[in-house]
Amino acid sequence: MAINKESNVYTVVFATLMVVIVGGLLAFVSSSLKPIQEDNVRNEKKQLILKAIGSEETKSITREDAGEQFKKYVVERLILDYEGNIIEGTRLTNETPVDIKSAKDAFAVDLKKEYKKFVQPLTNKYAGTDLVDELTKETNIHYPLFICEVNDKKHYVIPVMGKGLWAGVWGYIGLESDARTISGAVFDHKSETPGLGAEISKDFFSDQFIEKTIVDESGKYTPIKVVKPGTGVTQPYVDGISGGTFTSVGVDEMMNRTLAVYHKFFQREEGRQLLTNI
Amino acid sequence: MSEVAVKEKEPLFSKKNKKLITDPLNDTNPVTIQVLGICSALAVTVKMDAALVMSMAVLAVLIIGNVIVSLMRNMIPGKIRIIVQLVVVAALVIIVDQVLKAFVYDVSKQLSVFVGLIITNCIIMGRLEAFALANKPWASALDGLGNGIGYGVILVVVAFFKELFGSGTLLGYEIFGNATDMTGLYAMGYENNGMMLLPPSSLVLVAIYIWIQKSRNPSLQEGH
Repeated sequence: MAINKESNVYTVVFATLMVVIVGGLLAFVSSSLKPIQEDNVRNEKKQLILKAIGSEETKSITREDAGEQFKKYVVERLILDYEGNIIEGTRLTNETPVDIKSAKDAFAVDLKKEYKKFVQPLTNKYAGTDLVDELTKETNIHYPLFICEVNDKKHYVIPVMGKGLWAGVWGYIGLESDARTISGAVFDHKSETPGLGAEISKDFFSDQFIEKTIVDESGKYTPIKVVKPGTGVTQPYVDGISGGTFTSVGVDEMMNRTLAVYHKFFQREEGRQLLTNI
Repeated sequence: MSEVAVKEKEPLFSKKNKKLITDPLNDTNPVTIQVLGICSALAVTVKMDAALVMSMAVLAVLIIGNVIVSLMRNMIPGKIRIIVQLVVVAALVIIVDQVLKAFVYDVSKQLSVFVGLIITNCIIMGRLEAFALANKPWASALDGLGNGIGYGVILVVVAFFKELFGSGTLLGYEIFGNATDMTGLYAMGYENNGMMLLPPSSLVLVAIYIWIQKSRNPSLQEGH
């Protein structure tokens, strides 16, 4: 019997079969490639953390090697709250392997998710001291810190997360053993405009941060400004990207907001101890 | 019920089949003559490498999509044929995106959302609807190849000029010297053209391409 291709029954059966087959195929492809993709993302994160240390030795580590090299250089990792206190049980050494499922592992903190869910609603609504108050109240935001050792010198790597023009921008800031001077910085983004905002991931931009300090002579926290090229400001500043103003403002905001927490930590007893135990 | 037609076997690269590849490069170019797929031609042409990978991705989706739809052409119910085509294209694009993410992670990061946007590339739907639905798989594959290359050529040509004059580089290599260190041409006061980095400049470049193409080939000109 010839099948009437224009009948409703045929159309419905065809559509159903097609959806099942295509759905199954996509599920199969996605689940079989997922481990490789997740490895890529994790190794890239490790690579960026190592790069942010700013030492020649760790700069050239490729993404493939970063997985192995990470535990050699990152000797300790911990999570802070907004007040700069270490959250209990989160201080891990490199003997504990990275466990991405653990809530106590600094490497597992999903800053992107926390930023979207908890930080952004606050930064959209509040500013200045109100924002500080609100951020203090929000306990769902975690601040991971990676303590690294290169050539017997300590470095602190701080992840930052904010928003650019189109979507998220993030980065890792490396501090010298004095926890004041920036030794390295890397930035990355999801979908900033190529040639404009996307330039923040280039070395010429991030290298400007090196040797800038996050405190002034009296020890007060002074955020590094990202300004239009040529604008003179009194506090430490770097040149923003011309044509990428929104992205530059995003970098400025995320660094200002996040580094303040770590500055508080290094003022506290536990933080000061870290600095003296070299 | 099925007709038993005895046909002479056509050679794989008959004159007609060759035309399927060469026509889209010039006379029926999907971008410059049919003005399809302009959106991605504007967006991913700032850097040559992104344009190359984008062209490859579109080429792959176009050929495979054409073949699949051509194979199914006698089964697809006419009422939902656009939906079927869309599902085929969307599935292929998702697979391409996943494969890029797994094996060429850096490139996939560069292209970001544009890979997903291949789904909406009018060239692909256009070829499926206009060609693959009515032709055999081999001819459809050649048609996909021709149109894919026709699209890619424009992307690469536009990206060549945009990257050269916008960033002073080609495939990342510095051609005019280093802009931040002020070496090479920059030392003599040359400056990169910022507009070349923005999408509108692609419109100008594509228009110039069409101008040159049509003035060399008067049969393409309208209104005579």
